[in-house]
Amino acid sequence: MKLFSFFRRRRSAPVARERLQVLLSHERGNGGDSELLAVLRDEILRVISKHLTVEDDKVQVKLERGQAVSLLEIDIEVPGQLDEKIRRRAHPGGPPLLPAPST
Amino acid sequence: MARVLVVTSGKGGVGKTTSAAALGAALAQAGEHVVVVDFDVGLRNLDLVMGAERRVVFDLINVVQGDVKLHQALIRDKRLETLSLLPASQTRDKDALKPDGVAKVVGELREKFDWVICDSPAGIERGATLAMRHADIAVVVTNPEVSSVRDSDRIIGLLDSKTERAERGERIDKHLLLTRYDADRAMRGEMLKVEDVLEILAIPLLAVIPESQDVLRASNLGVPVPLNNPTSAPTRAYLDAARRLRGETVVMTFPSQKRSLISRLLGRKAIA
Repeated sequence: MKLFSFFRRRRSAPVARERLQVLLSHERGNGGDSELLAVLRDEILRVISKHLTVEDDKVQVKLERGQAVSLLEIDIEVPGQLDEKIRRRAHPGGPPLLPAPST
Repeated sequence: MARVLVVTSGKGGVGKTTSAAALGAALAQAGEHVVVVDFDVGLRNLDLVMGAERRVVFDLINVVQGDVKLHQALIRDKRLETLSLLPASQTRDKDALKPDGVAKVVGELREKFDWVICDSPAGIERGATLAMRHADIAVVVTNPEVSSVRDSDRIIGLLDSKTERAERGERIDKHLLLTRYDADRAMRGEMLKVEDVLEILAIPLLAVIPESQDVLRASNLGVPVPLNNPTSAPTRAYLDAARRLRGETVVMTFPSQKRSLISRLLGRKAIA
């Protein structure tokens, strides 16, 4: 038993590996390839906000680098109004979906 | 055609200068004309590691500013005539490095040498970005340790965005040099394995330099690792790295420290 816990205590490398994987997948989105991602984020935000009101900090662009392929992950959080618009689209009687009514 | 190679890492103390000197010596031993350039303005150490600290008269800043001609600042190695050193300034600060001046000096070095090895300072400031600026090849020096791996990841991001090649839309060749590796500790799960670091950083492996007393011994004496002990395990790894940089295919060996029969038996018992 003692030998077992001794053995377990020493296996810290898998912990290091996992912590790094989690951390870096996050950091790569926030500055790893910062310039490209910042431009992408900006342009995406501009396109989206033509049609929807999106807060600046609710658009997340992440890039996960791999040897063969990389994964570009775009996360956009929109407030409840999207549901409303989808509902309206499902009920043609409502006002048109696009362009967004200017207020 | 000359190749510009940057030895970089982000984190300090992982073996950039040792590796720049060792790779420079290994390439020069193979008959290539090599210059190793110290970009660590204000904290120069390449001269010390290469045993030329008492021969420095002019430095990179003098050349960048046009005070002296390039050949006046170059120091020819006393052991290998194909190896030269361009030291950094110890008294100036890094702001004295100007992008235009650096571009001009690197251009001149390209004409004189087969290999221009740029020894980057730690960090991601001006010295580090200028050291990588003109590189065709990058050697990312990493220790199997969390902070070093994280910083290397950051540096890889900069290599892909801030270098001349990246800005032209070209690829910069990036290689991982894993230093201070202890295969036994990695096997016991106490240290990140080669495969772990490779999987995380996703760049090809140049070589694994084993943790060894020979490395400190060489820097104590001011001799690049391959010249100090031609048969040690770190020397073999650096020589293999240099051969791969020259385009040869060399089978990758993962160095393991020699252990006594008793420690082997004890090691097995602990795992059983």
